[in-house]
Amino acid sequence: MFSAGLNQYLILSAVLFCIGLFGVLTQRNVIKLIMCLEIMLNSVNIALIAFSQYVTPVMLTGQIFAIFVMVVAAAEVSVGIAIVFSVYRNRESVDMENFNILKW
Amino acid sequence: MLEIVFYLLAAIAVASAIAVIVVRDIFRAALCLILLFMTVAGIYLLLHADFLAIVQVLVYVGAISILIIVAIMLTRDAQHGQPLGRLKYPAVIVAALLLGVVVLGVVSTVFAMPDNAPLQETVKPLGKALFGDPGYLLTVEIAAVMLLSAILGAIAVIREK
Repeated sequence: MFSAGLNQYLILSAVLFCIGLFGVLTQRNVIKLIMCLEIMLNSVNIALIAFSQYVTPVMLTGQIFAIFVMVVAAAEVSVGIAIVFSVYRNRESVDMENFNILKW
Repeated sequence: MLEIVFYLLAAIAVASAIAVIVVRDIFRAALCLILLFMTVAGIYLLLHADFLAIVQVLVYVGAISILIIVAIMLTRDAQHGQPLGRLKYPAVIVAALLLGVVVLGVVSTVFAMPDNAPLQETVKPLGKALFGDPGYLLTVEIAAVMLLSAILGAIAVIREK
């Protein structure tokens, strides 16, 4: 059994990351795929904040990284949903099979 | 005591993350995602990250989940009957392998942990680190430019021709 503290947060983060990865690889609905991406980003934030708490408790480096990860997540989800709407307007579908406009 | 709270939050987080993938109705999946965001905010509180817990509730629960729910409502026809794609079994193998490798790495690594007590209140130190002199001011500026370009990009992509 692992010791209490940093390891249990890191393992929780790894479990959530792998659940999100499985979702990203298998989901066919694009909005659900974006949700799974959010799960992955959240799990990374848990790991960063756990490191910030246990390894650099005074410098707060991990928490600052987590803030920037949140900024990137907000930008990513807004642009992603704009692309989903744009494709939905053309194809009337949010299925991943129809997101092949860039393919030639 | 805190151990029990952690395991409770972790169990809810993992269960709701699985529910996001398994639940067929996409609106219910979005509600499970909101539950996941709230439990992650609780985990941040357990880690003494009070400011980030509030930001998590504001940004994720307040903004991103609303954006996702609006997206679901505007694309209402394609909600049901989305089976998993063809990649189901390879994806299980890849995710399980990655989980095994990461857990092995975490368990077998000894992290150098200083004995300092963690800060009880992080708003002021975070502000000083972000905007102070030996700080991350340039990164804050770059993040601001990135947010602006993301807004402009979203408007440009979604605009009616």
